Amino acid sequence: MLRYIIWRIAMMVPTLLIISALVFTIIELPPGDYFESYAAELKAQGEDVDTAYLDTLRKEYNFDKPPVIRYFYWLGGMLQGDFGYSFEYQLPVTEVVGDRMWLTVLVSFVTIVFTWLLAFPIGIYSATHQYSWGDYGLTFLGLLGIAIPNFMLALILMYFANIWFGVSIGHLMDLKYLGQPMSWDKAKSILDHLWIPVIIVGTAGTAGMIRRLRANLLDELQKQYVVTARAKGLSPFRTLVKYPLRMSLNFFISDIGSILPAIISGAEITAIVLSLETTGPMLIKALQSQDMYLAGSFLMFLAFLTVIGVLISDLALALLDPRIRLQGGSTK
Amino acid sequence: MVTATDLLRVEDLGISFTTMGGPIHAVRNASLRVLPGKVTALVGESGSGKSVTSQAVMGILPNTANVRGRILFSDPATPGKTVDLLEMPVDGEEIRAIRGSRIAKIFQEPMTSLSPLHTIGNQIGEVLAIHTDLPKAERRARTEEMLGLVGFKNPKRAHDMYSFELSGGLRQRAMIAMALICRPALLVADEPTTALDVTIQAQILQLLRELQQKLNMAMLLITHDLGVVANVADEVVVMYHGEVMEAGTVEDIFRNPSHPYLKGLMAAVPHFDMKPGERLKALREIPINVEHLLGRKKEVAPKGDVLLEVRDLSKSFVTRSSGWFGKSEPPVKAVDGVSFDIKRGECLGLVGESGCGKTTVSKILMRALTPDSGSVIYHGANGPIDVLKAEGDDLRTLRTKIQMVFQDPVSSLSPRMTIENVLSEPLEIHNRGDAKQRSEKVKSLMEAIGLDKRFLKRYPHSFSGGQRQRIGIARAIALGPDLVVCDEPVSALDVSVQAQILNLLKDLQKNLGLTYLFISHNLAVVDYMADRIAVMYAGRIVELAPREVLMRKPVHPYTRALLAAVPFPDLNRPLDFGEIRATSVLEKGWAPQFRADEQDSLSPADLGDGHFVLARRNVDARELRP
Repeated sequence: MLRYIIWRIAMMVPTLLIISALVFTIIELPPGDYFESYAAELKAQGEDVDTAYLDTLRKEYNFDKPPVIRYFYWLGGMLQGDFGYSFEYQLPVTEVVGDRMWLTVLVSFVTIVFTWLLAFPIGIYSATHQYSWGDYGLTFLGLLGIAIPNFMLALILMYFANIWFGVSIGHLMDLKYLGQPMSWDKAKSILDHLWIPVIIVGTAGTAGMIRRLRANLLDELQKQYVVTARAKGLSPFRTLVKYPLRMSLNFFISDIGSILPAIISGAEITAIVLSLETTGPMLIKALQSQDMYLAGSFLMFLAFLTVIGVLISDLALALLDPRIRLQGGSTK
Repeated sequence: MVTATDLLRVEDLGISFTTMGGPIHAVRNASLRVLPGKVTALVGESGSGKSVTSQAVMGILPNTANVRGRILFSDPATPGKTVDLLEMPVDGEEIRAIRGSRIAKIFQEPMTSLSPLHTIGNQIGEVLAIHTDLPKAERRARTEEMLGLVGFKNPKRAHDMYSFELSGGLRQRAMIAMALICRPALLVADEPTTALDVTIQAQILQLLRELQQKLNMAMLLITHDLGVVANVADEVVVMYHGEVMEAGTVEDIFRNPSHPYLKGLMAAVPHFDMKPGERLKALREIPINVEHLLGRKKEVAPKGDVLLEVRDLSKSFVTRSSGWFGKSEPPVKAVDGVSFDIKRGECLGLVGESGCGKTTVSKILMRALTPDSGSVIYHGANGPIDVLKAEGDDLRTLRTKIQMVFQDPVSSLSPRMTIENVLSEPLEIHNRGDAKQRSEKVKSLMEAIGLDKRFLKRYPHSFSGGQRQRIGIARAIALGPDLVVCDEPVSALDVSVQAQILNLLKDLQKNLGLTYLFISHNLAVVDYMADRIAVMYAGRIVELAPREVLMRKPVHPYTRALLAAVPFPDLNRPLDFGEIRATSVLEKGWAPQFRADEQDSLSPADLGDGHFVLARRNVDARELRP
């Protein structure tokens, strides 16, 4: 087990190196750099462009060097915790992202908990009462949840909230707290605003999870070992929880791998519609304006979280499922 | 027949299932009884309603089932009190208190009946946790004691093992331990040995018998194997299409079966005392017609010369480092120096238990696997071909001359192809004739296997298992092969259908001059089909002899153990459990002349008349005779 973990962690290094090279290449692919797009933007607005100043900046940030060298500068900086400088915001990347990162994690975490709390009971109910009216009704709601795009739901909710309550539900907190240090009132304001994005972002996830849990559980409920458990005299509820439910959790654990990156990048469009102070809109803006250090750090962080997430779900699967732990690797 | 002492009395049981197409009556007016401490066998083919009846007794029928009638249970632990199991609420507390504690059940598939996520001990101890107030340590002690009782060598270790770490036989033992841990008054055993090898089956039957007598427990044994019934049961109930055909003591049923269904069933099972040339009587005989198929065939080549020469085949499989510490296991020798000849026109039987390498051999012959060493030479009409090295035209010829019939008739036919597509595909691949000739050929193939030509446009799902297997056979003979490799062709079929397929294979062999390599774990079936029989153990052929010699005068201890373990549907020839214990299926229990040691390796010793047995080189042939 220990050897496996060490091996898996060692394997992450080349994986991340390859990803970093890819990320850098993708960012370099479009012609020009941030300064050119900046100059173009200024020109379009009819303002003068100080070419000499831009050239100094270029030199200062090594943009006159060939890409391979810049890649190593970038990589070396990241290893020391220096993620570079955002030209757009005129601030180091860590400072630009800082506050938003925590808000994003908060929104995503609450959303995930919301999803699980809702999806688990409903999924189990649907599977154990297959083809009942309850199952049909919940399935219908679930399919609606999958079918309606999040941003659309966001627009609808915004419209009705305005009509019925006369409030604007955008942003994650009252605007007067923006940029303020954390305080009791600010926290309260955040909690006040939190439920809207959580519901909007959570619906699709919940619906998808209900469907998957229902399908997995239905498969397991037909298995012979469930009958064995009933033949022992085990009560229906304990049978369900001990055998088929535990068996159907594998998919759920594998999901952790994809949940981690989704925490900081999920639901960008919804975030734009609701003008949330999360990282999603920032990533899109950075990619649009070729703010390469900001975008690159973002993508690298996502990749890192994905790799970590997959590692965690693999280890958790091995812990929970002895078949993987004890049989892994044998081939036919 | 109904007395107050009956432990279990099923009266007028009716079970139907609600489906979209209306109710299906699985069981109609069935009545049966189980006496305390006795074994009642419930016999019938698949779909006869026997398993559903057993589920009704446990109250574990699917939700779509409707039940009528009464199932009365008189627990000897509470004398004088009789309860109707069907009146108890579904999954309610009353019935749950009986399940697992007073009535327990063993299921057919030991592979899927245990949860792979929980240890054996956890699952067995759970029964105690449900029905008793024993503390944890006591539960563990009792569980280990039970595991020892059902034959685990090291119960402490077995307690913490997972089901997938055990072999099929051990898993079934764990199931038995789970069923018996609360000392139930009635054990319902649903095909407890069907999925197991014969030698393991004999051990499990012996174990069940012993425990049943030791614990004075009654048993409702559900099976389709009349051999098992004759050896274990006190009373027999025969079911057919959901109705009880015949019931009585085992003596009555076997000495003078009165119902035609039972008589037919008994005549359809191959047994060792068949006279040469005697045919099995299938319950439903299928007329076949090979005339059209023969019309285009060249004359049958003379019998007797060698058709396929197999020499020193070896194949190992490497299991990659199991366990997380990366200790790599030595490669498993699936086939280890196998040599045999198949003569033109004969049927060579290859017998062995699961995992002995017989299927690997067949795959090597088909070039589906590449052996590590050895050679296979095919002697066709146009000179010999090296099967393992053939390329181009030679390989194309081989592909038409060696064909295969598979074990599973369900998965070996594509569900998306009509029968016509299935049968004409080999002809298309090898560019035989034009479209019209091909369709003629397909029609004559259908005649040859006794299926109606009108079925050609149907898909496999609309055929029964036996019919599908016949389609598989038609596909194998479509190109006019010399050699047909039959890998367990009847083991997935019901007894009544098995006779049809065996007879069809025999008729085709006679009429088309085919040569068979017939692989099976069922000695009686091989005895019926084969001219010569090879017995495989752990990748080696331990004995090879003409059929009568092998059956009458087996020399190798493994062959003798195999033969001793086959249950006969005959009360005069009960299984000799003492002999089973004496003869060992494991190599370490054999006499020294059959085991290799450092100085002396094993080689086939010739006993005359084509009788070979694997023994030490320096041993005299006379020493080998028992």
